[in-house]
Amino acid sequence: MREDLARWQFAFTSINHFLFVPVTIGLALLTALLQTAWHRRQEPEYLRLTRFFGTLLVINVAIGVVTGIVQEFEFGMNWSAYSRLVGNIFGAPLAMEGLAAFFLESTFLGLWLFGWDKLSRRVHLATIWLVAFGSALSAAFILAANSWMQHPVGYIRNPKTHAPQLNDIWALFTNPVFVWSYAKVILAAITTGAAVMLAVSAWQLRHGAHRETFGRSARLSLAILVPAILLAMSVGDELGVIEARYQPMKIAAAEAQWTTCQPCSFSLFQIGGGNDDHTPIQILEIPHLLSLLATNHWNGKVIGMSVLQHQYVARYGPGYYVPNVFIQYWAMRVMAYLAIIVLFVGLWGLWLMRRRRLERTRRFLWAAQWMVILPFLINTAGWLLTESGRQPWIVQGIMLTKNGLSPSVSTPYLWISVIGFFLLYGTLGTIDLILMMRYARKELADEPVPAGADDPIPAVHY
Amino acid sequence: MAFVPFWFVLIAILWTGFFVLEGFDMGVGMLHEIIGKDEAGKRAVINTIGPLWDGNEVWLIVAGASMFAAFPGWYATLFSGFYLALLLLLAALIVRGVSFEYRGKSPAQRWRGNWSRLLVIASLLAPLLIGVALGDMLHGLPIGADHEYTGSFWDLLQPYGILTGVTLVAICVLHGSTFVALKTSGVLRDRARRLARRSAPVTGLLVIAFIAWTHVTAHGGAFLSPVEFLAIVAVLAAWALVRGHEGWAFGATTLTMALCIITIFVDLYPRVMVSSTNPAYSLTVHNTASTPYSLKVMTVIALVLLPVVLGYQAWTYHVFRRRISDSDFRPPPPKPATPPAGAARRPRRAGLFARAQRGSRG
Repeated sequence: MREDLARWQFAFTSINHFLFVPVTIGLALLTALLQTAWHRRQEPEYLRLTRFFGTLLVINVAIGVVTGIVQEFEFGMNWSAYSRLVGNIFGAPLAMEGLAAFFLESTFLGLWLFGWDKLSRRVHLATIWLVAFGSALSAAFILAANSWMQHPVGYIRNPKTHAPQLNDIWALFTNPVFVWSYAKVILAAITTGAAVMLAVSAWQLRHGAHRETFGRSARLSLAILVPAILLAMSVGDELGVIEARYQPMKIAAAEAQWTTCQPCSFSLFQIGGGNDDHTPIQILEIPHLLSLLATNHWNGKVIGMSVLQHQYVARYGPGYYVPNVFIQYWAMRVMAYLAIIVLFVGLWGLWLMRRRRLERTRRFLWAAQWMVILPFLINTAGWLLTESGRQPWIVQGIMLTKNGLSPSVSTPYLWISVIGFFLLYGTLGTIDLILMMRYARKELADEPVPAGADDPIPAVHY
Repeated sequence: MAFVPFWFVLIAILWTGFFVLEGFDMGVGMLHEIIGKDEAGKRAVINTIGPLWDGNEVWLIVAGASMFAAFPGWYATLFSGFYLALLLLLAALIVRGVSFEYRGKSPAQRWRGNWSRLLVIASLLAPLLIGVALGDMLHGLPIGADHEYTGSFWDLLQPYGILTGVTLVAICVLHGSTFVALKTSGVLRDRARRLARRSAPVTGLLVIAFIAWTHVTAHGGAFLSPVEFLAIVAVLAAWALVRGHEGWAFGATTLTMALCIITIFVDLYPRVMVSSTNPAYSLTVHNTASTPYSLKVMTVIALVLLPVVLGYQAWTYHVFRRRISDSDFRPPPPKPATPPAGAARRPRRAGLFARAQRGSRG
C-alpha cells in the first residue's frame, strides 16, 4: 500500500511537472529566436511576438519552478532509504543542476522580464538566451540522474556495506542512456514549445487579427516543429535500441513479448494482454519491425519476458521482475502513433506554407490548434514507458522500488500528501490553463512599441 | 578529510544565503498589504522584489540538493522526519510562487485580493516552518539507532523550535520592512520606515530570547559564543539604526539574520541532527557524509560555480537598484477588455505599426 501510494504520488507530481518543463524549454528557445529576429531585422512584429509569447513563457515557468521544488523534496520525504543509499551518486547531479542551471534560469528570467528598460538591447537579448540555455541545461543534469537509475554506471560497491559509491562522475554524463534520452527530451521539448506557439498562432489567425504578425510566428514554429519531431522520432528509435541492451525487460514488455523471437514483428494493436494474459490477440503485425526497433537489425532477436524472468530470479533471487505490461504496450503505441499525427499535421503546414496558403486554410488552422494536446500526451506516455518499464527496480539491478521507501512515513501520511498534492495541483493546473488560454487569446498587446532604435521599451511588472 | 567540514560550512552558507535573501522577500510578501495599502502601493511593494525573488528561492533548492549530495543521511532523515511540515512548506512555497505571477494577471479586485491574502499567509508560513525545523535539529528529535525518525508530527512542535520559527518570522518582518524602505520612495518609504521602527523592539527581544535559549540548548557554558554575542549586537544595531540611514539599517538586519542562522549551525557542529532518544544516535557530519570522491567532485563544482552565481546575482541587484514609487503604478495602465472573438476590433492607436497592421488585415 505504501509503495503504491508513494509511486502514485511521484508519478502524479512528476507527470504534472513535466507538463510545464517542455513548454518552458521549448518556448524559451522560440522566444529567444523571436527576439533575435527582432534584434537583427528591427521589424516591430517580432518585438510584439517576443513580448506576447514571453508572457506565456513566464506564466508557465512560475508553475514549472514550484512543482520542481516538490520533486526535489520528494526523494527525501517518500524515498529516504533510496536517498540514503544512492545520495552520494544521485544527489551530485541534482546539486549541480541547482548551482549551474536553476540559478542561471531564474536570475536571468528576472533580468529579462523586468529589465527591458534597464539593459542595453544586446545585453537584454543575451538574458533570454541564458534563460533558454539554463532551462535546457537543467534537463541535462536531471536526466543524467534519471539515466543512472535506468543504467547505473560510474560506481563501485563498498567492500564492507556493499553500497554503491560514485567513482567516476564523467561516466554519468557519457552514459549512453543519458546521451540519447537527453537528446530525446530536448527535441520533445522543442516540439512541445513549437506546437504551443503554432496552436496559439493558429487560434489568432482563425480569429482574424494581426495576420501579418501571427503568420510569422506560425511559420517559425512550423519550421522548427517538423525537423524537431522527425529528429525526436529517430532519436527515440535509437534510445529503444539502447534500452533493449540495458533493460531488455522494458522493451520486451513494450511489445508484450513473453517468448523469445527472431525475427520479431510489431503489432499495431492487441486485444487482451497484460501481466496475466500471455497470449493476447495481436492485430496487424508488421514483420521485422520490432527487430529493427529493438536491435537495428532486420533479423534481430528480442528475448521474451518469461525467459528474462527466469534469468533475473537466478541472478537477483526470487521475485517478480516484469513491469506492468499493459502500460508498456500502450504507452509505446500512444507515443508513436500520436507523434506520427503531429508529423503529418506539421508536413501539411509546410506544404501550405510553400503554397502561401497557410494563414488562410481554416481547416489546417483548426487542426493545428487542437494538435497542441498531442505533445503533452506523447511526453506523458514516453515517461510512463521509461519509468514504469524500470519497475520493479528503483535503480536497475541495485535496489527494488519497495526497498527505497521511507521507513518512518506511515500510510496515513502518504494519503494526506497524495490528496493534498492532488487538490493543490488540480487547482493550480486549472488556473494555469485558464490563464494561458486567456493570454493566448488576447489581442496583441497595445503597449507602445518604440519607433526609433533608441526609444526605451517598458519593462514588465507584476 | 577536509571535505566533510567544508561541505557542512557550505551548507550553512547556503542556508544563510537563503534566509538573508529570501528573508526580505518573505518580509515583503507578509507586509505588502500593510505597506502598500491601495492597489498601486501593493503592486509597487511587490515589484521591489519582482526580478529578485525567484533567484533568491533557488538558494533553498541548492541548499536542499547539496544536503542530498553531501550528506545523504542527513537529507533522508530530515526530509522524511519532517514529512507533514515539509508538505505544508511545499504548499506555501507553491502558493507563494504562483501568487506573484498570477496576482497581476487579472484586473478583478477579488482575484487580486485573494492572491494577496495567500501571499501573506504563505510568506509567513515558509520561514516559520523552516525555522521550526532548524530549531528542532539542534534541540533534538526522537531518532533511533538506525537514524530513522521515530516521533510523530506533534513531536516536531517543541517550544524551542517554535521560538526559532517565530524569531525568524520576526527578523523577516524587520528585514523586509527595511528593504522596502531602501527600495521605495515617497509614502511607501515612510510607511516602511514606521513599520521597521515599530517591529524592531519586538524582533530585538525575540532575538535575545532566541540566542539565550540557543545557548542553553547547546550547553554553551557561562559566556556567549562570539557568534551568539554578535547576533545580539547586530539586532541591537538594527534597532538603533532603523531611524537613520536605510542602507545601514538594512546592513544590520542582514547581519542579524545571517548570525542567527550561523549560530544554529555553529552550535550543531559536528552533529547535524540531535537525537533526543540517545545522544549516541545523533546524526553527525561523519556518519551521514557522502563518499570522499563525491565530495571532492562537488567541491570542484561548487568552487567554480558559486562565485559566478554570486557575481551575476550581485549584478542583478545593481541593475534593479532604482527606488520604486507607488506613482509608477498609478494610474493603472488601461486594460481594455478583450472583445469577443470575431467582433469588430477597436481602433488602434496611431503610429508606425498601426498602419502596417491595418494594411495587412485586409
